[in-house]
Amino acid sequence: MKITVKDVEHVALLARLELTEQDKEKYTQSLNAILEYMDKLNQIDTHDVEPTAHVLPLKNVFREDKLHRTMAKELVLANAPEEEDGCFKVPRIV
Amino acid sequence: MSAQYEVVIGLEVHAELKTDTKIFCSCPTEFGGEENTHVCPVCLGLPGVLPVLNKKVLEYAVRAGLALNCEIASFSKFDRKNYFYPDLPKAYQISQYDLPICKKGYLEIEVNGRKKTIGITRVHMEEDAGKLVHGGATIATSRYSLVDYNRTGVPLIEIVSEPDMRSAEEARAYMEKLKAILEYTGVSDVRMEQGSLRCDANISLRPMGAKEFGTKTEIKNLNSFRALQKAIEYEIERQRDILEEGGKIIQETRSWDEGKGVTVSLRSKEEAHDYRYFPDPDLVPVVIDPQWVQEIRDSLPELPDAKRERLVQEMGLSEYDAGIITGSRALADFFDQVVAEYNEPKMVANWIMGEFLRLLNANNLEVAESKVKPRSLAALLKAQAEGTISGKMAKTVFEEMFETGKEPGTIIKEKGMVQISDEGALAAVVEKVIAANPQSVEDYKAGKEKAIGFLVGQVMKETKGQANPGLVNKLLKDKLG
Repeated sequence: MKITVKDVEHVALLARLELTEQDKEKYTQSLNAILEYMDKLNQIDTHDVEPTAHVLPLKNVFREDKLHRTMAKELVLANAPEEEDGCFKVPRIV
Repeated sequence: MSAQYEVVIGLEVHAELKTDTKIFCSCPTEFGGEENTHVCPVCLGLPGVLPVLNKKVLEYAVRAGLALNCEIASFSKFDRKNYFYPDLPKAYQISQYDLPICKKGYLEIEVNGRKKTIGITRVHMEEDAGKLVHGGATIATSRYSLVDYNRTGVPLIEIVSEPDMRSAEEARAYMEKLKAILEYTGVSDVRMEQGSLRCDANISLRPMGAKEFGTKTEIKNLNSFRALQKAIEYEIERQRDILEEGGKIIQETRSWDEGKGVTVSLRSKEEAHDYRYFPDPDLVPVVIDPQWVQEIRDSLPELPDAKRERLVQEMGLSEYDAGIITGSRALADFFDQVVAEYNEPKMVANWIMGEFLRLLNANNLEVAESKVKPRSLAALLKAQAEGTISGKMAKTVFEEMFETGKEPGTIIKEKGMVQISDEGALAAVVEKVIAANPQSVEDYKAGKEKAIGFLVGQVMKETKGQANPGLVNKLLKDKLG
């Protein structure tokens, strides 16, 4: 599979990234290099290998359904660029 | 519906789970509350935090899955669903993609006397999003929006049906049954008006006999059973009109406008649907112990279908009455508790189906909000059965019980509403009425059976409605030979 500039533009849009023409060129090459490496990994015989869901050998980490302290309201909104009526204020959505 | 198209409907239902805390942090799930006070660094998506799964959420998801006849996965994991929308502070929702906790279930519905099995594709766990309040009349005309993250991270299960429904009635019946099952299992409050149970409908039409599905639209904002049915009916007609004119259905999301009674397009960018799911590295996989699943299975209560069957088979209720009573667990429990005190199931069912539901509906109340307790209704029915009060009095007493929550005995005493069932006391009144109404007596003796009704009425009037009508009837007949 070969990544084109068009793919890069699509992914950039999904990630809300604004790229210059130069960036697009650069990322097309980098992403292709990554995929080439993946192709190499694909050559390994993984017939007897279980699919990996997580890199750590851990499972079943739970917490009990117990209430703890919530954050103070002024801390919650401390970093909000704008607030109104105790809410985060965000620019128009659509 | 014209015969040439077949309707295909699938539902995606979100139910908030009734845990005390959120799915990945220890904040309260309580509805309402001052804006942004039920939050912490985890559900606000601040950098460097680590979500940890609430074990109760897993238990409830398994419980719901078992009640819906699902297979429970032995291995399950969480994934990130990526999209930009300010109701999610992380710009992704933690959900489940390819390894959901439950799959391949079903439930049974009945429409116009016909039973049908509706498949359930999957049930998965995910976090709820925050609440947006738009600055303008609609999202599109707003210059800004306000975000409250209290609901962010409240645990949800999403229940996805197979596209097995063929009419708006079937979709409604499915939703009603699903709501009842979830309510019985106790995993959710299932209050559609508060948003703890939400439904999206996928609808398409295809020529009769076709194998391929037609292009579907997804309808959102279905906040009641009525809205669900009306919106689907509208959408079916809208699509049929387009198809019959030779047009094409556009795959899109539409919203039900309750006030106008129409579905309207919610234009969304095509690109927005690329969620780029990947396993969430912050959460480790879940491996389910079959023994634990069995314990949950053993702890399931009697479910609506089984309960309905029992009410019909063992208590002699009609299918219809049993269906209504078992349609909500609160009502079914109420029924059981009354019957436990006064073992006349049919009589109890009549009162619940009649007076009780009538007053609940008229006052827009839930069973749990009723001031009448099962024990009090049982006491009222006993008083009626023992002849202390008449059926008519019982209704008056019940209305007051419903209004004030007073015990029937208290009301009967306060109103002096004791039925006269003493033959001696009634005999004098009966004599008086016979003497005062010779014409009616003549008529009755001449074979006019109806005349006795008039005489009974006169006795009731004399006694201010307190005479036992059955006894009056008997006394009159005895006297008049």
